[in-house]
Amino acid sequence: MFRRQFLSLALAGTLAATLAAGGSAPVSAADEKFIVVQSTTSTQNSGLFDHLLPIFKDKTGIDVRVVAVGTGQAIRNAANGDGDVLFVHARPAEEKFVAAGDGVKRHDVMYNDFVIVGPPSDPAGIAGSSDVVDALTRIAAAKAPFASRGDDSGTNKAELRLWKEAGIDVGAASGDWYRETGSGMGATLNTGTGMGAYIMTDRATWIAFGNKGDYTIAVQGDNRMFNQYGIILVNAEKHPNVKSELGQTFVDWVISEEGQAAIANYKVDGQQLFFPNAPAGS
Amino acid sequence: MQDFATTLGNAIGLILLGDADLIEIIALSLRVTLSAVVIACLIGLPLGALVGAFRFPGRAAVTVLLNALMGLPPVVVGLVVYLMLSAAGPLGPLRLLYTPTAMIIAQTILVTPIVAALTRQVIEDLHSEYAEQFASLGVGPLDRVAALLWDARYSLLTVALAGFGRAVAEVGAVIIVGGNINHVTRVMTTTIALETSKGNLELALALGVVLLAIAVIVNAAVMALRASAVRSAYA
Amino acid sequence: MPDVCLKTIEGGRATPASAPAPLLMQARGVSFRPQGKPLVDGIDLDIREGRRLIVMGSNGAGKSLLMRLLHGLIAPTSGEVVWRGKPLDRAAMREQAMVFQRPVMLRRSVIANLQFALAVRGIGGAERRRRVEEALEQARLGDLAKRPARVLSGGEQQRLALARALACTPRLLFLDEPTASLDPASTLAIENLISTAHARGITIVMITHDKGQARRLGDDIAFLHAGRLVETGPAARVLETPSSGAARAWLEGRLYLDDLSSPHTSPTP
Ligand SMILES: Nc1ncnc2c1ncn2[C@@H]1O[C@H](COP(=O)(O)OP(=O)(O)OP(=O)(O)O)[C@@H](O)[C@H]1O
Ligand SMILES: [Mg+2]
Repeated sequence: MFRRQFLSLALAGTLAATLAAGGSAPVSAADEKFIVVQSTTSTQNSGLFDHLLPIFKDKTGIDVRVVAVGTGQAIRNAANGDGDVLFVHARPAEEKFVAAGDGVKRHDVMYNDFVIVGPPSDPAGIAGSSDVVDALTRIAAAKAPFASRGDDSGTNKAELRLWKEAGIDVGAASGDWYRETGSGMGATLNTGTGMGAYIMTDRATWIAFGNKGDYTIAVQGDNRMFNQYGIILVNAEKHPNVKSELGQTFVDWVISEEGQAAIANYKVDGQQLFFPNAPAGS
Repeated sequence: MQDFATTLGNAIGLILLGDADLIEIIALSLRVTLSAVVIACLIGLPLGALVGAFRFPGRAAVTVLLNALMGLPPVVVGLVVYLMLSAAGPLGPLRLLYTPTAMIIAQTILVTPIVAALTRQVIEDLHSEYAEQFASLGVGPLDRVAALLWDARYSLLTVALAGFGRAVAEVGAVIIVGGNINHVTRVMTTTIALETSKGNLELALALGVVLLAIAVIVNAAVMALRASAVRSAYA
Repeated sequence: MPDVCLKTIEGGRATPASAPAPLLMQARGVSFRPQGKPLVDGIDLDIREGRRLIVMGSNGAGKSLLMRLLHGLIAPTSGEVVWRGKPLDRAAMREQAMVFQRPVMLRRSVIANLQFALAVRGIGGAERRRRVEEALEQARLGDLAKRPARVLSGGEQQRLALARALACTPRLLFLDEPTASLDPASTLAIENLISTAHARGITIVMITHDKGQARRLGDDIAFLHAGRLVETGPAARVLETPSSGAARAWLEGRLYLDDLSSPHTSPTP
């Protein structure tokens, strides 16, 4: 008989858990002030949000829930109305998003830069270069392995633009020395360092990355590797669910003097990762 | 990369220290997975029992479908649930996207076919033994299903366990519909994915060890229960 | 089947010269032929209220199949089973009970097995408690009430199966070799339960291979050979002077190898 009791107990317990699960979600949605920000893995993985969001919450009481995915997916999610603010780095796509009526207005927030990291053996002989187009040409000539994210993200788009400038058709080399991982920055770094490939990454992710092995930065300092971030409030006229007021508060704070200072103050290993550049007084 | 012993040490250290974030993540994982398994059982056990205990036209097709659905790719389930719950989707007004409830829905869809398909097999086997006795006693359809489920209860625990195993280790669906939002929808598997993408392989592995430990504990508990049932010939 | 198979089983020991008891159940040309194989072939049989009919025949003769057909567990390929003048239906099945050759024990305690059988017939509360108590006592299973039924010995399982069937107070009880592979004491216990049930007016149909048991418990005997009913009659008469070759051979312990398609011709002496 004790077995029957055990089973009923187990059932009751799990049922209670279910009710708790079902019951708590609407409660937190109703009681708490929160917004959903669609953003990129690079911003999330660098730790910037962990630094900024507590400051913002202290000031406004607004909880910011970050969904960190590739830029392409972040923009699509926001275009479905599944987010209040879009915070990404792919300027042309962002402008299209606003033009389509999905976003209210785009604001410059900050930039960081891309770097190309490589193995100490440096098969393409590009270590120390500050000319990205020349470096890519050498990689292609040496057929040195190059790991690309291949996921339509902001970083991926910037990388493809640079290959185009160098006049190289990477599509033809795909699967050969040009390898598309189809995944996020961190996963691509894990894969690329594992196969001895060159990888283009944003500096912020690289500095915070925990699995560098013996890799170092090979190419940096070219102003063509400038990586501009923008922030956009999703348009409530098109997506009525959007919490315009709370979202606008976040956008305003990020581009305010205070928000910009908080961005500049974020350092990993003593290095500043993001450089605020919102137009003053916006 | 540290050796496995150090990693294990780190993991145990994290747990012993009662790291608040870690506890929160484990608690949410268990809440989501257990809820999904319970709901999947509430649907899958009767469904599997009905298919296992009755002959009806199209029964073979239903069986094939259930077995096939066991192999549903989590990412596809995640995408479909996302499209349903998205503000642009039919269930958008419920505002469930990026909540634990959305994760429970996705995992329930993943686990229900497993529970139903395995239950069908268990119940069909038991029913082939009981069918004539039931017919002789004049057991009605409802009593028949209830009695089969009750008498197969220890085998069905293993069925629920299979569902639990699938759900607790699943990342593809919950990361899409949950969004892996810190303190809201971050569970063990999505944390492992995130830490891996940050290159924090040790932390990711430590979490993997925790996940494994939970799976081992749950399985051991169920097996102990079953063993005592076998000893007393209930299974 | 016009010949040897008596359409009516005539008076036996219990009521020697009186008028036949009312008809309870009737098989009319019942056949079971899966894929054309005649496993049970054209059975005509009358079962009368309050009688004890023993079904005998060699292994594979079709005894268990015939019992399933009579109880309504399988549908005959042709012919029909009539229960109290009407075709057999679910309601009729509820007035019957069956103990299978291999008793089916639910994965529950002894007492829960009894409770289940009563519960599905809508018997609950004090009435169910009373009947469960009575069944446990009759089957002398009181000490084992809380034991899982599947760890009981073979004899105890048979006793429980019989007690479970009797607790449902059937009019007709089918017993498929209820004492096969039981020791003399267990056999006696089962036989006493059957006699008690019969004394309460329950009609019995029982399969057995035990001549002594057939003599002790049987009013009438129906002898089955290769799916056909080759002989019926009062137990004492069939056991002592069997008229069919198959029954005679079986009772003498010989292998009966006559042409199976014509079981009514007597074997040459
Ligand atoms: N559902 C079925 N389909 C096909 N053949 C069957 C089926 N059930 C039984 N048989 C076959 O019919 C024959 C008669 O079986 P049955 O169980 O009635 O024998 P029996 O007379 O009870 O024998 P025993 O004394 O060994 O119990 C056997 O040869 C058996 O293999
Ligand atoms: Mg038999």
